[in-house]
Amino acid sequence: MAHSRRRFMRAGMLLGAAGAFLSAPLRAFAARPAFEATQIDDALSHMLNGRPVEESDAIKFKIPDIAENGAVVPVSISTDMEGVTAISLVIEKNPNPLVARFHILPDAVADVSARVKMGESSMVRAYVETADKVYTTSKEVKVTIGGCGG
Amino acid sequence: MAGKVKIRGKIKNGVAEIKSLMPHPMETGTRRAEDGSVVPAHYIQNVTCYKNDTVVMKADWGAAVSKNPFFSFQVKNANPGDVIRVEWTDNLNETGSGELVLK
Repeated sequence: MAHSRRRFMRAGMLLGAAGAFLSAPLRAFAARPAFEATQIDDALSHMLNGRPVEESDAIKFKIPDIAENGAVVPVSISTDMEGVTAISLVIEKNPNPLVARFHILPDAVADVSARVKMGESSMVRAYVETADKVYTTSKEVKVTIGGCGG
Repeated sequence: MAGKVKIRGKIKNGVAEIKSLMPHPMETGTRRAEDGSVVPAHYIQNVTCYKNDTVVMKADWGAAVSKNPFFSFQVKNANPGDVIRVEWTDNLNETGSGELVLK
């Protein structure tokens, strides 16, 4: 596993270098370091750009307390806050904690749902980004059967 | 090979609630096949959603989004006849898309 990861990282670096010479692909790869991070703090530093993070109860975060099947855990995140630019999901104990980041453009409602994989029981965090501040809320999710086996 | 996206949705009070389903293996790159070999990573990284020609939502995903991803979102100022389009690109640069004309 360590070996394949090294290979993956190397491929990523090569792609990054190629991207530097092509302006269009550069945009597509810009978001990836946050997803490749194995530590939450790393992922967050790529994502937050120094904006302060604050706990908030204005985020509606729906995820089961107990997930019987870690391969398919339904999750919904929404908020009535104004000026939301992105919604992200972080599963603290997943190998790559950042799972998904949804960019909310002016004609979209700050309300997304998806299904995700969880390797084991973990704290799960939702982040709601605005231009100058980031809000977060968390839930503990117990996983009965892990999602790593696919 | 281009993949498909199945899209359903309806308008309620000017907001379209869209549900999409993207058939895709979403391999993390850590799973082992029965013979013990590692199944290479193969997962959707970018999803872009359009209303007519305007981008309304862009999603960046890691490999921990479930197999055959389900993704639901809502579009403001939606009118009958508007075309909702969802496109994805994975880490192998394969793409998929689907369209829905709102009623």
